[in-house]
Amino acid sequence: MVYWHLFLAFFIPGTVGYGGGPASIPLIQKEVVDRYGWLTMEEFGELLALGNTLPGPIATKMAGYIGYEVGGLFGAFVALFATVAPSLIAMIFLLGLLNKFKNSPKVKRMTALIRPTIAVLLGVLAYQFFVTSWEGVGMVQTVFLTGASFLLLEKWKIHPAYVILGALVYGALFLS
Amino acid sequence: MDLKTHRDLFVGFFRAGMLGYGGGPASIPLIHKEVVQIYKWMTDEEFNDILALGNTLPGPIVTKMAGYIGYRVAGVLGLINAIVATVLPTVILMIALIGFLASFRDSPVVQGMTKAIAPVVGVMLLALAYSFFKHSQQGLGWSVSIVLGVVSLIAYHFLHVHPALLIGGLIVYALFGKEYVSAEKTGSAGEKGDQGTVGRQGEDKQKDISV
Repeated sequence: MVYWHLFLAFFIPGTVGYGGGPASIPLIQKEVVDRYGWLTMEEFGELLALGNTLPGPIATKMAGYIGYEVGGLFGAFVALFATVAPSLIAMIFLLGLLNKFKNSPKVKRMTALIRPTIAVLLGVLAYQFFVTSWEGVGMVQTVFLTGASFLLLEKWKIHPAYVILGALVYGALFLS
Repeated sequence: MDLKTHRDLFVGFFRAGMLGYGGGPASIPLIHKEVVQIYKWMTDEEFNDILALGNTLPGPIVTKMAGYIGYRVAGVLGLINAIVATVLPTVILMIALIGFLASFRDSPVVQGMTKAIAPVVGVMLLALAYSFFKHSQQGLGWSVSIVLGVVSLIAYHFLHVHPALLIGGLIVYALFGKEYVSAEKTGSAGEKGDQGTVGRQGEDKQKDISV
């Protein structure tokens, strides 16, 4: 029964949450806090804040942790499966169709037409990260970190792994 | 089963997951780097289509991309491998470190680390956005790309039209709309071909010089 509830609790946010994992957080909260009462609002907020200090997708971190708390290892598996599987299956099906007609001029036109929109979505996402940074550490640090990471990543083509690790060290030393 | 491919899949998605701060979308440029630049499993065009379609579907974006790319590269096992590499390490970290994190959350060191990451992620996303726009300009020309870009920006950022609707609408229009673009399309394809040969000649020249 608990596994079925876990499945439902994460299946619903996974199928109606548009806009990537972070967008489905309020939906997860609705199920986990309001419907099933596995966590209180405070605990959920705390968990979300802690999850955000770790790398990686947030929706699966929340699903894995809550599933584990509620139903052990199998609970974690069920919650993760419910989060990931439905949209992934739809994706494989649709892209399979698309690949079949890869050489059709209409599909080519589609690829071309959506590209500026995708660029804008990514650009807006980038803008949000800059705003967060500006509000958190101020203009000077934001401009410095942006300039430095731009040079390292784009001009000198350093692998992002090193740039990210460097930023973590810089933050620990100078932004604490 | 090709062990090397599976190792590459795991390493690629492990790196992208473990280095992505700020939720799944922050990992998109990292996945692009691994999939298109390092391992060359697909072209920019294919990555573009996957990202676009992923955005029209519900659910977390990174696992959709990992799962699909894993599937394309190495079948069902590849799918499982890529998902596990994306999700499992961070979930294990979360379960193992939650108590530890709770006691250190307010520590200025941890907060400083988190803050320093945001501009780096911003730069990576911006670079990816630029590369999409540049490709778009090559395919559609400046004017169409800019118009589409500006319209998308207004619709998404200022009018808050849902991205799924925006992309979904463009896909439907492209697939079922009138085919007035077809003539233009062949024109631009020819142009692109010309550019290709020019580029290649340029490379040959360079080679000659270096030889």
